[in-house]
Amino acid sequence: MKSKKFLLPAAVAGVLALSLTACGGGGGGGGTSSGGASGDAANNLDGRGPITYVQGKDNSNVVRPLIEKWNAAHPNEKVTFKEQSDQADQQHDDLVQNFQAKNANYDVMSVDLIWVAEFAAKGWLQPLKDKTAISTDGMLESTVKSATYNNTLYAAPQSSDGGILYYRGDLVPNPPKTWDEMMKMCDIAKQNNIGCYAGQFQKYEGLTVNAAEAINSAGGKIVDDSGKAAVNSSEAKAGLTNLVNAYKDGNIPTEAITFQEEQGRQAFEAGKLLFHRNWPYVYNLAKTDGSSTVKDTFKMAPLPGKDGPGASSLGGHNIAMSVYSKNKATVADFIKYITSEETQRFYATQGSLAPVLTKLYDDQELVTKLPYLPVLKTSIENAVPRPVTPFYPAVTKAVQDNAYAALKGEKTVDAAISDMQAAIESAGAK
Amino acid sequence: MSTELQKPDATAAAGHTMPSRESADRKQLTQGRWAYTLLAPSLILLAVVIIYPVLNAIIMSFQKDSGLDPATGFFSEGGPAGFENYTHWLLQQCTAPGGGSVACPPGTLGAQFWDSMGTTFFFTVVTVAFETVLGFWMAIIMARAFRGRSLIRAAVLVPWAIPTAVTAKLWFFIFAFEGIANKLFGTQILWTGSEWPAKWAIIIADVWKTTPFMALLILAGLQLIPDEVYEAAKVDGASTWQRFRLITLPLVKPALMVAILFRVLDALRMYDLPAIMTQGANGTTTLSILVVQQIRQGFNTAAALSTITFLVIFLVAFIFVRFLGANAVDAATSSGKAK
Amino acid sequence: MSTATASKTSTTPAAHAKRPFNWGSLRTYISAVIILIWCMAPFYWMLVTAFRDVGYTFDTTPFFTHITWDNFATVFDESLGNHFGRNLLNSLIVGAVTTVVALLVGVFAAYALARLNFRFKFVVLGFILGASMFPGVALVTPLFQLFTNIGWFGTYQALIIPNISFVLPLTVYTLTSFFREMPWELEEAARIDGCTQGQAFRKVILPLAAPATFTTAILAFIASWNEFLIASQLSNDSTKTVTVAIAYFAGAQPHQEPYTAVMAAGTVVTIPLVVLVLIFQRKIVAGLTAGAVK
Repeated sequence: MKSKKFLLPAAVAGVLALSLTACGGGGGGGGTSSGGASGDAANNLDGRGPITYVQGKDNSNVVRPLIEKWNAAHPNEKVTFKEQSDQADQQHDDLVQNFQAKNANYDVMSVDLIWVAEFAAKGWLQPLKDKTAISTDGMLESTVKSATYNNTLYAAPQSSDGGILYYRGDLVPNPPKTWDEMMKMCDIAKQNNIGCYAGQFQKYEGLTVNAAEAINSAGGKIVDDSGKAAVNSSEAKAGLTNLVNAYKDGNIPTEAITFQEEQGRQAFEAGKLLFHRNWPYVYNLAKTDGSSTVKDTFKMAPLPGKDGPGASSLGGHNIAMSVYSKNKATVADFIKYITSEETQRFYATQGSLAPVLTKLYDDQELVTKLPYLPVLKTSIENAVPRPVTPFYPAVTKAVQDNAYAALKGEKTVDAAISDMQAAIESAGAK
Repeated sequence: MSTELQKPDATAAAGHTMPSRESADRKQLTQGRWAYTLLAPSLILLAVVIIYPVLNAIIMSFQKDSGLDPATGFFSEGGPAGFENYTHWLLQQCTAPGGGSVACPPGTLGAQFWDSMGTTFFFTVVTVAFETVLGFWMAIIMARAFRGRSLIRAAVLVPWAIPTAVTAKLWFFIFAFEGIANKLFGTQILWTGSEWPAKWAIIIADVWKTTPFMALLILAGLQLIPDEVYEAAKVDGASTWQRFRLITLPLVKPALMVAILFRVLDALRMYDLPAIMTQGANGTTTLSILVVQQIRQGFNTAAALSTITFLVIFLVAFIFVRFLGANAVDAATSSGKAK
Repeated sequence: MSTATASKTSTTPAAHAKRPFNWGSLRTYISAVIILIWCMAPFYWMLVTAFRDVGYTFDTTPFFTHITWDNFATVFDESLGNHFGRNLLNSLIVGAVTTVVALLVGVFAAYALARLNFRFKFVVLGFILGASMFPGVALVTPLFQLFTNIGWFGTYQALIIPNISFVLPLTVYTLTSFFREMPWELEEAARIDGCTQGQAFRKVILPLAAPATFTTAILAFIASWNEFLIASQLSNDSTKTVTVAIAYFAGAQPHQEPYTAVMAAGTVVTIPLVVLVLIFQRKIVAGLTAGAVK
């Protein structure tokens, strides 16, 4: 009788133990496959049927109407929308989990630019060529570059984004074209007792964006086309020096070292900054926020560079096909639908998302709706994607840590750049 | 009556009687068997949920993370790594592009290992020191009889009951640039944005949350000391400080050491507060945060680091129990009554 | 008569001793008030902010002003991408199952450790204590990989299993201490009086053990509810618990920090716990000081 009392818990424990040992046999490696890539990539190329589209939170409310329209026209190949969380890290992890589990239910997904190389190198993305080819004619060149890894197209550009220079039109009649010009205009800021320039300098992804912009605008680069570290150059040092000197001289206010996008936007809207680098989303808020003191006075311009427009860091998303999908022909058609002119136009008018088709930037209707479109076009035309490398987490950490230390004056620019080079090399050497 | 003594009934609550030697041995044997039967489910369950994953982690730590095959551009399995993952952390050895190893450059996770170790120990020492001193003070107050004592005791449980994640967000809000901390002190400190303010912000939040818990544990120890001892000392002319030093401290020491042991081991594992308040930035990366960051860059290296972490914690626990007399096992098995 | 005067003279000094101001007692009261403020002030501030209009987020007025329920509405508003109701349910399920399993299994172990003598008892107790000191990260790394491989990522068991690793030792430890102090002789007495084994168990042991088990259940549930590290790494959108939800609460704008809404969410999560703790404070204090962890 007493033995029965413990039999149940012991049995439960035993079953648990058994299931774990049975199923969890291999703990080694990173759960990736190399040979599997070519195998899976060749499957289901002609498959047609219902598919699932996975994307992070649809803040712009464009996905559902688009899918409804598709479903009406394709009753046998309906698309289901799987909406992920709002956080980029969680979106990334969710995709990784499902790829590792070879989940056939994740057919087509929206991926952040910085994940494309990683996913492609792990053999999870279908190369968009031959039967599943997608045409990239008419698309902004920098966006296509961000979707390419190892000279193969692994995703199609879906929506774009670039850095914009917001400035006080009432204090500065003509926006600066170069960085040096902007620094000279800082006298105006001092006269008005406000900060001169701020971007995003907190130690997070935004710092990589800003540091990359500084480095790329000065003619340097972080990694070369084959993904190898290439930051140890005099141009890169010059670019980083621009930021470091501006911070030292007070042209970048001291508290800006803690700014992410929101803090900078709030400072600009409160009238505390003369120049501010941020994404296009600020336009609407600065114009309509109750607390915005600059709604009638702010203007937008491309980022200042060395001799002309600077190289902004490309933002946005690409749409990719999973190698594990069972209905790849449907997915290919869906991707074509998303990258079509009609959908791209809808992205702009309905969602205020920058399209990837070049000609839409000169379209009159869109420019009326999004007055910053011409500025954004210059920005994206001159944009450089953040380092295209499968080791992006390690590379962005290398950039952030060293740029932050340089900004704070904890190491010289030379030391920061050579440490950055060494760290990126070490990441790629694994 | 004599039959009762001979009955080897292990379920009888007869553990405190003194039977004859023969039946004592038999009793211990049957009790032993019975005890292990009762313990089996717990021990098996613990083995499954702890030992199995940990063994798995140790095995993983001797594997290499998958690397990029330069020919194909795809990732391929790492293969065995020997002690490479461990030297990566402990000796700061990172692989160089051409093969061989080089000291881990700043900007890699590997370079942060010793800093994190230092940060973790710093937090541990400082928070436990504050919590012990403040907790002792609170315990002494709560040991006195006064009206409203149960109100204080209830209030003291509130910080303990609030989930750490909520505490972290709350203090994050208090220490925001425009938050109430700056307004109260009239300062303009970027609490979570600069190094030492960030460290102190985390320490303050942790001390707030955990001091009441320490106070309760110490109070339990204080309440074991009979009043007569104090009375006798007063009669002998001992001052307050002497009474504290010669009576309170020694008698409270067992309970105090156990409380300190628990708190130290908790603090060494600190994750929630720094992860939510500063995401580990500005020199607040603890070992646990470093492991979680590494998971995203390479599992097997992360497994090596987490193994190192728990070995460190066990070492500290061992030192406490062996040399500093923190006998948690005794505390659990003693009846809680004063000697 | 002489005794009367004697007693009169002996009472007067005592009466006089009561009159001078009792500084010691005043110091105690002041200290008590300081402790009260220390513990409650931040909590109070969370409440004030939770009920405060978002436009006055950083207002420092110490009492409740600009009162609104809006923040609570925001907390449960799904259009921002937060699924707080779901998260509460998840925390509840994970906490309840963990507690039940830990109690069911742990009560037997606690009985053995508290009542029986056997070799290696101290080793077993040491092992169980050691298990409770385990760093969560050491479990997360292999489990992250393991659960992905067997498709358990984003399921409840992926959260419950690692939670058991620290809740079970806590349960065993607390129950052992409680059981040590129970008057087991009463069972013996009942048996002598003629009860059967089962009757003695039901009528004497169970009622004695019930309060201890109940308190331990509360401590176990709170420990599981408050857990963050494991939940943040092993849960996905549909199994996220409240601690993770609060840490990553999304605001209306992509990079926004919705302070008032987060304080409201914190209030929702904390008030039931605080109420629970206040009602059962005596039992909880007894359980904690019986040598519990965390």
